Amino acid sequence: MSVPKTANCLLLSPQDNVVVACEDTNVGDRIEVERDRIIVQERVTLGHKIARRNVRAGENIQKYAAPIGCASRDIAAGEHVHTHNMKSNYLYSHTSRDGGKESE
Amino acid sequence: MKGYLRPDGRKGIRNTIVVAYLIECARHVATEITFMFRDRDVHVIGFPGCFPNEYAFDMMSKLCTHPNVGAALLVSLGCEGFNREGLAENIAASGRPVETLVIQQNGGTAASIEKGGTWVSKQLEALAAHQQVEMGIDELVIGTICGGSDGTSGLSANPGMGRAFDLLIAEGAAGIFEETGELIGCEQYMADRAATPELGEEIIHCVEKARQYYETLGYGSFSPGNADGGLSTIEEKSMGAYAKSGASEIVGLIKPGDHPPAGGLYLLDVIPDGEVRFGFPNINDNAEIAELIACGAHINLFSTGRGSVVGSAISPVIKVCANPETFRRLSDDMDVDAGRILENRGTLDEVGSEIRDLVLAVAKGQKTRSEALGHREFILTYKSFEPIGPACLPHSA
Repeated sequence: MSVPKTANCLLLSPQDNVVVACEDTNVGDRIEVERDRIIVQERVTLGHKIARRNVRAGENIQKYAAPIGCASRDIAAGEHVHTHNMKSNYLYSHTSRDGGKESE
Repeated sequence: MKGYLRPDGRKGIRNTIVVAYLIECARHVATEITFMFRDRDVHVIGFPGCFPNEYAFDMMSKLCTHPNVGAALLVSLGCEGFNREGLAENIAASGRPVETLVIQQNGGTAASIEKGGTWVSKQLEALAAHQQVEMGIDELVIGTICGGSDGTSGLSANPGMGRAFDLLIAEGAAGIFEETGELIGCEQYMADRAATPELGEEIIHCVEKARQYYETLGYGSFSPGNADGGLSTIEEKSMGAYAKSGASEIVGLIKPGDHPPAGGLYLLDVIPDGEVRFGFPNINDNAEIAELIACGAHINLFSTGRGSVVGSAISPVIKVCANPETFRRLSDDMDVDAGRILENRGTLDEVGSEIRDLVLAVAKGQKTRSEALGHREFILTYKSFEPIGPACLPHSA
């Protein structure tokens, strides 16, 4: 068990609702960006995203001040944000050769 | 800052002699000629194909008359399809000294190398007498590219270069970003940044063209490795590459060989027009760098995470390293440690300012790491393009 630390995270744009982990983080680690204080809810590795605030299902995930997809279910601040709880807004397939259509 | 004034009004930051082979069969002679002048700015460029190609001819014309180029020696075998007379005419019309060496008419390899070496020696003396004139930041054209990317590229180096672009463009420079195939998913966002709605439409069409082109090739745009690195969607991956462009208004959409007519941010469409004909659009990073140079780029900013070591003929490459681990391993090859922001040793704004300052230092003559190490990579292959549409350039009707 590691002692909770202040995790090194990067906020790419003030509009973003996710931050990027600059190091591996563990449950209970603190994230401090601008005025937000977030507790990491699960283990997240370098380069992965963590929700900066609560995000509702269907709401866009903002990174680089741009939508990079949307939440496929409600996401709580501090949760890992990845393919299990967000999806592409774009039809171009990245998972299979199905003619470029991503099935719901 | 000072530059070499060319008859077309553009200014160069280097005064290089290019030795250009017009067919692979002439490459050895061209290379041997430049080996006599290893520590001087004498660079090999060329086209390997035997069959003529309009794009390759246009690229070679633009490269041999690039503002960083002071003179050109063309090396032909003699029976290839390349229009050497047309190229020599274009270079002569630009006011540059040009000589064509035809190996089959010059007694073969050794005699051609000797003759070429004599010509280059003479031109080096003549170029040394060139006086430089005042040059402004608003006369600079800067390109960006990423290669050897990893999960950190889109976090540190690309946004850092984007900040540098914002600074340079605000000072009047022209900036070019590219690889529309890696911007799939960003098209609406780019269109919203376009100077006019018509330009926005053109940008959307050009990314759709890229999507179709890569689909025909069966090119996977999102790999399991991307997801391991923390990327969740194709648009997120694209945004990482797109961050190189900064936040300026997009004023134009150009194709390889088109010169930005004024300062501002331009998107370079590198995907061929028409049906898929000659294979991959760009077979490696230097193919893209050559296209940026043909558009007039004086310097290219190159973002790398895994650690590319390449430079380029004609225009210096500034290597911006995204990954702090890679920087520690390859620091001799890297110009900027952008990955330091991931270790809280600096901010994006600081990295952006450092890159901007380095661009000006390199423009004033400071050698980049790849220049100092002798990197002069170059490659050119077959492609075909239609001219850009009327809405693509600023101030066009």
